[in-house]
Amino acid sequence: MSGVGLDKPGAEPADGDGAPGGAPDGAPGQPMVRSEGVCKSFGRLDVLKGIDLEVMPGEVMCVIGPSGSGKSTFLRCINHLEKINAGRLWVNGHLVGYRERGGKLHELRESEVAAQRRDIGMVFQRFNLFPHMTALENVMEAPVQVRRIPRAKAREAAGALLERVGLGDKARSYPSQLSGGQQQRVAIARALAMEPALMLFDEPTSALDPELVGEVLEVMKQLAVDGMTMIVVTHEMGFAREVGDSLVFMDGGVVVEKGRPREVLANPQHQRTQDFLSKVL
Amino acid sequence: MTVTDEKPRAGRPEEIRAVPVRHWGRWVAAVIIAYIAVWAIYSVVNNPNFGWDVIGQNFTITAVMTGIGKTLELTAIAMVMGVVGGVLLAIMRLSPNPLISGSAWLYIWAFRGTPVLVQILLWAFIKALVPQLSIGIPFGPTFAHFDANTLITPFVAGCLGLGLNEAAYMSEIVRAGILSVDQGQAEAASALGMSRAKTMRRIVLPQAMRVIIPPTGNETISMLKTSSLVSVIAVPELLYSVQIIYGRTYQTIPLLLLASIWYLIMTSILTVGQFYLERYFGRGTAQRQTMLERLWSNLRARRTVRRTAVEGREP
Repeated sequence: MSGVGLDKPGAEPADGDGAPGGAPDGAPGQPMVRSEGVCKSFGRLDVLKGIDLEVMPGEVMCVIGPSGSGKSTFLRCINHLEKINAGRLWVNGHLVGYRERGGKLHELRESEVAAQRRDIGMVFQRFNLFPHMTALENVMEAPVQVRRIPRAKAREAAGALLERVGLGDKARSYPSQLSGGQQQRVAIARALAMEPALMLFDEPTSALDPELVGEVLEVMKQLAVDGMTMIVVTHEMGFAREVGDSLVFMDGGVVVEKGRPREVLANPQHQRTQDFLSKVL
Repeated sequence: MTVTDEKPRAGRPEEIRAVPVRHWGRWVAAVIIAYIAVWAIYSVVNNPNFGWDVIGQNFTITAVMTGIGKTLELTAIAMVMGVVGGVLLAIMRLSPNPLISGSAWLYIWAFRGTPVLVQILLWAFIKALVPQLSIGIPFGPTFAHFDANTLITPFVAGCLGLGLNEAAYMSEIVRAGILSVDQGQAEAASALGMSRAKTMRRIVLPQAMRVIIPPTGNETISMLKTSSLVSVIAVPELLYSVQIIYGRTYQTIPLLLLASIWYLIMTSILTVGQFYLERYFGRGTAQRQTMLERLWSNLRARRTVRRTAVEGREP
């Protein structure tokens, strides 16, 4: 895994390499993600009942919890794939999806929401690669179409990214010709191509055969070592313990427990956390 | 716990060469069909009413050729109108704005709910409805006037009748195609910061094509034949051209057969084209083979099997 230099806005908010689209402009010590009382309901069903969380730049936060606890929904709220019903959510100091003016919230226009999403990479449980494009074209698509980077330059960068996730030789393969683990690594490269300040992982290994989980976790671990800010919804306790800086246990739409992974996993304080961990460990 | 012997067994067991099941029923059916086919061909060739000589003499005369040209022209124009209009209507129909989706619904309701022949006739008689067409702002000033009859010639009326009707049908095909694309695709695209329009154009529509192309091929083939309806408003396409000839010579059946043969030739060519289009838009999924390719690969496979069987026996 060669360290192809995508300069990451690492632990210290870098002095913004002049990249457009609102790269880190927060003051030092400002959280990358700040969530205050975030609520989300689908019709009558309350999925999130007030989430308070902070993620610092360079932090790797793992989120665990039973299915239906709202962890994926929370992740999708962060890049505004879901609209929150109450509370406030900031990424990089900017309110997600809204502008506050005169004590009132104004919805952002579609193009403005799209601009916010450019700095947030997302990796899905089911990969969601574009099946009509090769691996290389998948990675190039957003830089060329959204960032308007010249094709030749984007192709070179995409090749380097595929190299970085260990798939340099699969550039011309279509997703259907790749294994699940390879597809997910392409999906990670595709998200990285937009040079995001924050990466969201929505159960990235849950749809994989057991023997393919390792290769994806390895890429994610390398990313964490390189200083990427990451929020990872996962069932991989080993990854959470080894790579995570913090661990959040969610249940019933609330954060039940948060702490250092080793402490939470070894010595959970709440009964619900203990019950959950006793089932999965 | 048992550990299996890792060494492969010495000498693979003998290849199975079983006697295949005999399908006697198929042989009987084949004989009966062959008998009927021979009889049919014999009676067609020997029946003078078919007028094969007339068909042969007139097969490539100028009137027929220009008729074919007009038929192809009509089909192409109507299908382009249909596809462009259909994509537009489908996107309107999926719009969150109820006024936009509602008006698309109304269009589809009106144009699908009336016979295309009636629509063609209405376009041909447009002068009775609106004698003057003008470009301008409704209720405001007008910039140009046209006489309806000089603008809407029979050919234009035919294109409008066929194309606008086709747009209504195509919109349903396009809509089904768009809805067939996994929601996660649009989500992944917007997570990358792509706009809705760009997501539709770059991600959703190319994938929808796989669902849209086969029925569109059918629609094109169907349009080639439906275009014969405009013979009622005297557009000199293939059918109207042969009608003029047999109106003069009274050789009705041979000329209708002549037209049928030409329609068959054209639809056959379109069918081949459709295959290659489908294969192109099926990129990334299983590759389909043409009948010829399948024949070749089967022959090749059979030869290698036979060769290995022969070589295997030698030692």
